[in-house]
Amino acid sequence: MLSFIIRRTLYAIPVLLGIVVVVFILIRAIPGDPCTSLLGERATPEACERFNEANGLNDPVIVQLGIYMKNVFTFNLGESIKTSQPVTDLLVERLPTTTELAMSALFIAIVAGVPLGILAARKHNTGVDAATMAFANVGVSMPVFWLGLMLAYLFAIVLKDTPFSLPPSGRLTAGVFSTPYYEVWGWNLQEGTFWASLNEYISNHIIFNSFITAQWSVWWDAVRHLILPAIALATIPLAIIARITRSSLLEVMNKDYIRTARAKGGSETRVVTHHALRNAMLPVITIIGLQLGLLLGGAVLTETVFRLAGIGTALYDAITGRDYAVVQGFTVIVAAIYVIVNLLVDLSYGYLDPRIRVK
Amino acid sequence: MVRRKTLELLESAADAQQLTDSPTSQWRLTLRRFRERKSGMIGLWIVIVLILIAFFAPIIAPFPPNEVLIGKEAGVGPRDKPCVHLFGCDPEKPQHIMGTDGNVRDEFSRIVFGSRVSLTLGFFTVTIALLVGSLIGAIAGYAGGWFDNMMMRIMDVILGFPSLLLAIAIVAVLGPGLQNALIAIAIVSIPAYARVMRSQVLSIKESDYVSASRALGASPLSILVRRVVPNALTPLVVLATLGVATAILEAAGLSFLGLGAQPPTAEWGTMLAQERNNVFTSPQLVFFPGLAIMITVLGFNLMGDGLRDALDPSLNK
Repeated sequence: MLSFIIRRTLYAIPVLLGIVVVVFILIRAIPGDPCTSLLGERATPEACERFNEANGLNDPVIVQLGIYMKNVFTFNLGESIKTSQPVTDLLVERLPTTTELAMSALFIAIVAGVPLGILAARKHNTGVDAATMAFANVGVSMPVFWLGLMLAYLFAIVLKDTPFSLPPSGRLTAGVFSTPYYEVWGWNLQEGTFWASLNEYISNHIIFNSFITAQWSVWWDAVRHLILPAIALATIPLAIIARITRSSLLEVMNKDYIRTARAKGGSETRVVTHHALRNAMLPVITIIGLQLGLLLGGAVLTETVFRLAGIGTALYDAITGRDYAVVQGFTVIVAAIYVIVNLLVDLSYGYLDPRIRVK
Repeated sequence: MVRRKTLELLESAADAQQLTDSPTSQWRLTLRRFRERKSGMIGLWIVIVLILIAFFAPIIAPFPPNEVLIGKEAGVGPRDKPCVHLFGCDPEKPQHIMGTDGNVRDEFSRIVFGSRVSLTLGFFTVTIALLVGSLIGAIAGYAGGWFDNMMMRIMDVILGFPSLLLAIAIVAVLGPGLQNALIAIAIVSIPAYARVMRSQVLSIKESDYVSASRALGASPLSILVRRVVPNALTPLVVLATLGVATAILEAAGLSFLGLGAQPPTAEWGTMLAQERNNVFTSPQLVFFPGLAIMITVLGFNLMGDGLRDALDPSLNK
């Protein structure tokens, strides 16, 4: 197992390095000169020269790449050109929203998708099966942004005066604030230290923060704001998970050991839960891991629709506003998260299925 | 007793003879299996109808897609609600079955013409990705060694990004527009084709008939074209059909973000994006383009799934 972990981890390193290089190249390929985009169209050549010198843009590209690599791996992601805010600060501010959104969506997708798949497999070739699969087919074909807008219309306008009405945009109702746990508990944090940033980052997970500090009205407000975006974002993964669960369970149910388990006289439910599900879950776990990319991509669209200030919207604003440092930093972070999660999925797969480790 | 047994044997032999007399070709078998699956057929029909709509768009659509109707038609205004005379809409009002958009254009006509953009985009993206991807995969698989290694690591890096994010980044480099969105989506979908083609080449390369061709002096190129490609076609066709669905969905996403087709192009994602701020007052202008995207994507997804099941030899009865 240990050698499997080491081998698989080593394998992820060139991919991560490659991603950093690709982002570096892409950023330099974006048309437009950083100097004029920052200092304005009428910047004098002398001013541009000073700017280039100060930002190392006169160095050979390979040296720039080296410096950039060193900065990325020491977590120094530079400053936003627009706001002069360090990219890491922006990350502390924005990432928690996306994390909470993606996690809620994944939670919905798993909690609804797996039982749906099991139900369809148990009722194979019946109306229930057909209906579930029709639902799944529509689900994977759903444009996330459209579903989001339609849900917003339904819950904010059509159901406006009913108990089901839900807010269509934002993270919290205006005027509602989530007090960070370190303030509630009276911690004394030194401004600007890593420890302070870390605590700020953690407390920006509003649902988590208001939960542990028992700010129930804030918690409920945050949850209500997250329901619609999470449902919209969950649709495609939910449908995929339901389909894989169904086909995987159907395949396992034909295996000899299931026949043996039935012959032993166990109830059908017991056969399914004790013998079939365990083995049927392996492909499902892989698929769940792979959904993360979809969730991160979909987050850009969902956050735009629901006006959530997460990394999706931050990245989009940065790309359209040519804020190179932010694009660079965020793309690397997002891709790194993606690669690391895939690595973890592979490792868990090796743990669950001993045969994988050998090759 | 013995005679009856012999007769039975003869009969079954005759049956077998009959079977070999009218051989069921792989293609006919596939076709039969495809037609047996309802969902695949539904998908095929959706796609056929869409292609017809796209082809006959000027006949089906009552107005040109970009015609501003104000001043040309009495009583028409921006974001008029859908009005169908047949369903009891006031005959005094002009008929627009999906209403009009913010620029007083007939929404239905724009939806009809939008099918052209989406289908063309889907087909072109997949064609580019299929050609480039399978070429990379074929050469990598056939050549092996450092070239294979390098190519596959590059593919891994592309797969290392969430695809929509990479597409956004590429469009940022190339500049927004339909054509650049098409290129971006093609690039992010190349690795899938490359991987499938490579694995096919690797498995076919070692087969006896390829060794035989090689012994007969066939060049690597002719082996690739005449032996390997026909065998790899099956999984690639399935992947390509599903790829059209993904491409249309991603292109709509890019257009929604303002990075794909630019106004006034009648493209579903762009139309939806333009009216998104009016969703609470004129939901139909968001509803119809989105529905069109969903039905199109659904059609290709169903067809792709049906093809996959039909082409899977392990399901041979």
